[in-house]
Amino acid sequence: MKDISLSIASPSAGSPFQKAGAALTACAILCSIIAAFGVGKTNPLLFFFLIIGLFISGGLFYSIPYFKAQAGIKNDGIMQNPLSNRGAIAWGIAILMTGFYIILYWFPYYLEGLIRTMDPLSMMLRSKASDQWFLYGAFYTLAVLIMGMRFIAKYKFSRYHIIRTISVMFFQMGFAFLLPAFLLKLNQPEFYFSYFWPLKYSYLFPNDIDYLIQSGNLGVFMVFWGLVMTFIATPVLTYKYGKRWYCSWVCGCGALAETLGDPYRQNSDKSLKAWKIERWMVHSVLVFIVLTTALLWLNSWKSGTILGDASGLFSQWYGFLIGSVFSGVIGTGFYPIMGSRVWCRFGCPMAAILGLFQRFKSKFRITTNGGQCISCGNCSTYCEMGIDVRAYAQKGENIIRASCVGCGVCSSVCPRGVLKLENLEEEGRFIPYIRHEDRK
Amino acid sequence: MNIVIIGNGITGITCARNIRKLDSKASITLISGESDHFFSRTALMYIYMGHMKFEHTKPYEDWFWIKNRINLIRAYVKTLNAIDKILVLENGKPIAFDKLIIACGSKPNKFGWPGENLHGVQGLYSIQDLEQMERNTQNISSAVIVGGGLIGIEMAEMLHSRKIPVTILVREKFYWNNILPKEEAELIGKHMAGHGIVLRLNTELEEIISDNQDRVAGVLTSTGEKFECQFVGLTAGVKPNIGFLMENELETDRGILINEYLETSVPDVYAAGDCAQFRNPKQGEPAIEQLWYTGKMQGETLAKTICGDKSVYNRGIWFNSAKFFDIEYQTYGQVLPEINDQQKSFYWEHPNGKHAFRANYSNTDESILGFNFIGIRFRQVIAEEWIRERKTIAFVIQNLEKGWFDPEFSKTFYKDISLSYFQGIKDGNNE
Ligand SMILES: Cc1cc2nc3c(=O)[nH]c(=O)nc-3n(C[C@H](O)[C@H](O)[C@H](O)COP(=O)(O)OP(=O)(O)OC[C@H]3O[C@@H](n4cnc5c(N)ncnc54)[C@H](O)[C@@H]3O)c2cc1C
Repeated sequence: MKDISLSIASPSAGSPFQKAGAALTACAILCSIIAAFGVGKTNPLLFFFLIIGLFISGGLFYSIPYFKAQAGIKNDGIMQNPLSNRGAIAWGIAILMTGFYIILYWFPYYLEGLIRTMDPLSMMLRSKASDQWFLYGAFYTLAVLIMGMRFIAKYKFSRYHIIRTISVMFFQMGFAFLLPAFLLKLNQPEFYFSYFWPLKYSYLFPNDIDYLIQSGNLGVFMVFWGLVMTFIATPVLTYKYGKRWYCSWVCGCGALAETLGDPYRQNSDKSLKAWKIERWMVHSVLVFIVLTTALLWLNSWKSGTILGDASGLFSQWYGFLIGSVFSGVIGTGFYPIMGSRVWCRFGCPMAAILGLFQRFKSKFRITTNGGQCISCGNCSTYCEMGIDVRAYAQKGENIIRASCVGCGVCSSVCPRGVLKLENLEEEGRFIPYIRHEDRK
Repeated sequence: MNIVIIGNGITGITCARNIRKLDSKASITLISGESDHFFSRTALMYIYMGHMKFEHTKPYEDWFWIKNRINLIRAYVKTLNAIDKILVLENGKPIAFDKLIIACGSKPNKFGWPGENLHGVQGLYSIQDLEQMERNTQNISSAVIVGGGLIGIEMAEMLHSRKIPVTILVREKFYWNNILPKEEAELIGKHMAGHGIVLRLNTELEEIISDNQDRVAGVLTSTGEKFECQFVGLTAGVKPNIGFLMENELETDRGILINEYLETSVPDVYAAGDCAQFRNPKQGEPAIEQLWYTGKMQGETLAKTICGDKSVYNRGIWFNSAKFFDIEYQTYGQVLPEINDQQKSFYWEHPNGKHAFRANYSNTDESILGFNFIGIRFRQVIAEEWIRERKTIAFVIQNLEKGWFDPEFSKTFYKDISLSYFQGIKDGNNE
């Protein structure tokens, strides 16, 4: 079947509001570039307000049509829109974002002017001048808040989406941005209470733990918090609610994927091949981190005789390959091309652990409502994790997959009300629906 | 065993898959003219609206057919010699079979309206129809749809997504009133109006008017109204697509006639899905079932019979579902547009006009007969169990929470429904 014949001219592309929103956002990006070239140094406050103001108003304008429209699924024209359909705009954004990550990680001095625009905010929050990471954190949080607002507008018919989006916005702003900044201001370790080992792998490395414990009572509490979250909260919460409690309610990476990444969720690869690659990759990363952590502890217990300074070396290499290249450049930069959850799906060790619990020991499932599936494919298309949801639904099977982050969009886009995310008794969750007439 | 199936729709595909599951040796050949691979007809609207591309509507990846040794042929069957067990493709190629399954689906109804063959006038059933609709609706300023059924409202939604104003002509008193009771039909009608769709009730198509280039320019209605439009959608139902079987040993009426085993009048030739017509339909069941679900169930049943476990088709407790713009609809059991004298009906509607509930029950033993859920999702297993076990209406109303299937954190309505029901009993209002 030729697909070309069905390629359709963009239907009534963009309302005036959305065009205005896009224009304002483009201005914000332009201002950021101008600031980066040095002007930001001389006029930090002006450019700070200009950039933030333009981004926020751009996002607002962009969301207005969603707020005004009747509540319901708003996916018209997604497959023709060059923004969401790997078209020219998508590639432009991908190159821009990837470029930003590359400069941020390896050539931050080109961002000097832009970094300086964040000085006033940084001084206020942290009593410390801004650096590239503060700039990144500020932009990241801004993206989550602005695009979170858009998400809420788009899915305003669903309280599940509204509540969990407010949740990710809250955790990003409070736990991943403001709180660490305040801790710095108070001369405490810059600790992220919403990230745990193995995503924040160093939180269980001997060096970090030593450092935290030596930094005082709060540091001891941080170590305690990290241990409790990794070894108690993670299995217990995942048993009760599935991995979604973290991946689409708390995690900052998830927050960005669910908000900034939402326009691209349909670009994830749904093929069986992609699933195979995913399983190999994500579990390899997990095994690697577990082994390294164990080795580092062995090493520290033997007072450094095994590895010498390998721990520093590890952090550098893992940080470079996984932390930077994978989670940043590919994971976020490629949103418009590969979908919003590339990192979560192929690289995140936390997702891997949560996934194992979810698959083998959890009450969570997406229930398929009897024989009601019409195989239309909306659920699979809009699954950001690339799960072929329909393959289960059309067989009357519940969807129980390690990778499912429980975003709930499959259930929302289902035109026949076939899917429901829920936590029920663990027993029987794998039993498919069989018609009464066919039961033996 | 050499099995040939005509039609790669849900019926033919389900049958092929299930035969393969039961019999690893059988040779299975699927002949279909519309597309290389099975796709979901129910998703055609979403391609037009830009929610999905054609490839997204394919429920199986292309390697699936090779892996399962289901041999696919893209061609139309021109003639069938059922007695000699041979069929001929359009290109003249003959294909022999031991057993034949005909699952060739439907095509849109046309009733001989003047102007029904003008450019810009069409039905919607196949991919080719969709491609044509794509061409026919470029740069047009208004459209008229004839027929108030499910495909009609889907077409309206499609056009609406391209901001093309739509008028729907409906023969009945209310939208889809041959299926929906008045209250539900009115609710849906209002919702459509909220989206700017113009509904003309009690109105039939009289004539389609052309411009001087054989293109549609407007329609005249039975009420004497005239609507200008550049597109007319004909959605007054579908009929079995059996033209190619006309001069044949096979007994046909509107569809290919079959018994409860889905056997035709010729041995080793079976028919199922949209194209088949039961000789003796069970009481209260239609002779031709034109649904995704029934096609799937017939395909499953037939696979058993073909593989030696001769099985009667039993569609079980009736269910169906649909979506009207933003409002979902699920129905279980029997809900007639108007109750008969052995039935009672309880109806509840939310003040916002977006959610409704109906339960029909027997007026002798109060046992539940059927449900309509509008803007509410409900568990099929629970609804069916209650109907099968003849639970009383009071029990059902008190236990609605058990079947509630709306997403977590949604506002629930079962308390409102229950209050309304028991208030009605007290006031003696429930009829
Ligand atoms: C727009 C639309 C929306 C729908 N929505 C719903 C819904 O929501 N729920 C629901 O239950 N039902 C729905 N239906 C109805 C449902 O799609 C049909 O009942 C179902 O697809 C019928 O399946 P089938 O396999 O019997 O036939 P088909 O799907 O029609 O498959 C038959 C195939 O055989 C091919 N064929 C025909 N003649 C020949 C020949 N001579 N040689 C070779 N090949 C041939 C046809 O081209 C076709 O591809 C919808 C239908 C349409 C058109």
